[in-house]
Amino acid sequence: MNTVSRAPSPPPTRAEYCVIACAEAWRGGGEILASPMGLIPSLGARLARLTFAPDLLLTDGEALLVRPDGTPEGWLPYRQHLALVAGGSRHVMMGASQIDRYGNQNISCIGDWTRPRRQLLGVRGAPLNTLNNPTSYWIPRHSRRVFVEKADMVCGVGYDRAAELGNTARFHRIPRVVSDLGVFDFATPDHSMRLASLHPGVSVEQVREATGFALAVPDEVPYTRDPGEEELRLIREVLDPAGARAREVPEGARG
Amino acid sequence: MSDKTMTADEVVSRLSSGMTLGIGGWGSRRKPMALVRALLRAGIGDLTVISYGGPDIGVLAAAGRIRRLVTAFVTLDSIPLEPHYRAARERGDFELTEVDEGMFMWGLHAAAHRLPFLPVRAGLGSDVMRVNPGLRTVTSPYEDGETFVAMPALRMDAALVHVNRADRLGNGQYLGPDPYFDDLFCEAADAAYVSCERIVDTAELTKEAAPQSLLLKRLAVTGVVEAPNGAHFTSCAPDYGRDEEFQREYAATPWPEFAARFLDGDEQAYRSAVQAWHQERP
Repeated sequence: MNTVSRAPSPPPTRAEYCVIACAEAWRGGGEILASPMGLIPSLGARLARLTFAPDLLLTDGEALLVRPDGTPEGWLPYRQHLALVAGGSRHVMMGASQIDRYGNQNISCIGDWTRPRRQLLGVRGAPLNTLNNPTSYWIPRHSRRVFVEKADMVCGVGYDRAAELGNTARFHRIPRVVSDLGVFDFATPDHSMRLASLHPGVSVEQVREATGFALAVPDEVPYTRDPGEEELRLIREVLDPAGARAREVPEGARG
Repeated sequence: MSDKTMTADEVVSRLSSGMTLGIGGWGSRRKPMALVRALLRAGIGDLTVISYGGPDIGVLAAAGRIRRLVTAFVTLDSIPLEPHYRAARERGDFELTEVDEGMFMWGLHAAAHRLPFLPVRAGLGSDVMRVNPGLRTVTSPYEDGETFVAMPALRMDAALVHVNRADRLGNGQYLGPDPYFDDLFCEAADAAYVSCERIVDTAELTKEAAPQSLLLKRLAVTGVVEAPNGAHFTSCAPDYGRDEEFQREYAATPWPEFAARFLDGDEQAYRSAVQAWHQERP
């Protein structure tokens, strides 16, 4: 009998639950482009590609399609990337400076657009993304400043506005919103945001407190699933050995 | 066939205040910064600028040269928010036409194809429609009847782009991974000015690179400027990467101070000032 036993690996961190929650966005996506924006979504997309979503395509953040080890397998300059969005074979995970209960997202500016209090990036590709391919969001620090009653400048289109567009919005879908506190979706009768799962260690109260609108909360809220042993190994030893994920979501900072 | 080589100052002598200018590249990548610096020196202003914005917009906005900006974003890439652009925008220094990245691209295509607009499934439902009350929609004349944004052509008086190599006739070559939209900018403009790292003989263009790297055709190019390091401090792969250290300095320095130290003289003075700055670093 083999008596050598491996030391049990440390339990998953909040950042690692976030990686898992982001990775799950691409489950079942098939042979499409995963466009993660931000570190933790990137780790999630690569983890999905290495495990349960092997057909995903990934970019190097520039013009190349690459395997998880960086080997180029294709060319995707910006002009082709934008055209690919229009074709729909993509699931993007964007950031959001503000997001409201219907998933209207803002990355353009804070305050009145004509003379903003705080100029941010600009609308970027959010209007195109949201009408053409599934668009999820990643919010590294869940707060009332981000989860707002009303977005100041709607860049990514939410469900209420999409409903008014009829046929033009037939490809509109916001599969999930992942924050450092939990996972959210729009599986409610009016497509308002719902708490789908809590990251272990987070309470419903804590999420409500950090959300600037009335969130739909089911009677029983599951926890975000645990990473498997192999997934943890991939995150810690292959995808992010330097531990950059803990800088995006620090351990112990929130409950 | 005519030799189109000229200096950056000759390029800007053909431009004037009030013009609509397109600037190639993307964010802080392969921006025609030497041409933009020449523009700053020439005192040309009141410009409508069309750009996937980076520090080209930062410096022109900080120097008060922009009347109206057409863009989808302004970023330094490794520094997400462009501080000099932000300051100018928060002061309300210029008008903004804010459109989506895809709308912008189809606006360039429309201009290059001499079409008044192209239909785009983007913008509808977003506040792009609210902040651009002049945007119109168009309904498909076929059975589907879908409604689109009719993205107007982004025509321009002149385009400024920077590539890796060009010949004296205006054939331009990019050697990095992404052409960005530089060919479309040239085709959308009445006059297109191309700066490059090195001017080479035509035969040399395809000696080391595949013919599909020949992005710009001479029929769409008006002038060619040899400007080594002409995209600095933005990237110009594979000739050089972004000068991240200097970009951080640009982002952290109040504009008057930055302009006084680096932009008071000609391009040679700029290069010397940057070199001196790097040598001061530990």
